[in-house]
Amino acid sequence: MVPLSWYLVVAALLFGIGVYGVLARRNAVAILIGLELMFNAVLINVVAFWRYLHPAQVPGLVFAVVIFAVAAAEVAVGLALFIAVYRRFGSSDVDDINLLKW
Amino acid sequence: MVTTFVFVVAAAVLLVAALIAVLKNNLVHAAMGLVVSLFGTAVLFVLLEAYFLAVAQVVIYVGAIAILIVFSIMLTRRVGAQWGNQTNPTWPFALLAAGVLTVLFALMVRGWNPDQALPAAEAVPGDVTARLGAALVNPGGYVVPFEVASVLLLAALIGAVYVAWGGRKAEKSTQR
Repeated sequence: MVPLSWYLVVAALLFGIGVYGVLARRNAVAILIGLELMFNAVLINVVAFWRYLHPAQVPGLVFAVVIFAVAAAEVAVGLALFIAVYRRFGSSDVDDINLLKW
Repeated sequence: MVTTFVFVVAAAVLLVAALIAVLKNNLVHAAMGLVVSLFGTAVLFVLLEAYFLAVAQVVIYVGAIAILIVFSIMLTRRVGAQWGNQTNPTWPFALLAAGVLTVLFALMVRGWNPDQALPAAEAVPGDVTARLGAALVNPGGYVVPFEVASVLLLAALIGAVYVAWGGRKAEKSTQR
């Protein structure tokens, strides 16, 4: 079996890539893509810890299922917001959304 | 041996696809990178013997979330517009922050060294999917988080429809 640390390192790299996407992207939907990558890194960690620490019990899997539901809710609301913002500003570029900025 | 090989291939594909997802200027290509990355995660779940989660990953993430993202990319774009540069001018700082975070995580894993510190993983006993299903509807188990998740999804769906609909006023303002 692959050592646990390999999973943790892959998840850390994926999380880092996601953070870069969230911080460096201009388009709101692209920021959401980065957010999804971060969610996935967390899921890999949760499932890996379940498998290596308590494979006989289910709480780790229940936790992962709840994360799935929260991620789906987050994406649905986020995309709806971006579509509303696009309608208001004619752009989904976060630099153009500056009503609260002086 | 086979497991190691599959892990290395899946992890490499997953990370390269994730890089495509955050670096490509064409957002449709970026969304495809996200899809491949999510598939790679599903492969890792199979390797971790979480078969239900692997299937749920493909159905929920690849089947629903990725399609939603592709749809909203297509909805929020002017017809015929070029993609142009999709990166902020401050991207070096983003790279710095992400790099520092990743290095800190890697140092943490190295300092803890879970392969030495933890006992070897036991085998997964029995049918874990059946036990997960039973635990999710068992009043003594996890039925409350399960129901809270469903209420959250319902609330999110109603909210999403309300926010994205915008009513008749919004219809008029898009026709400018």
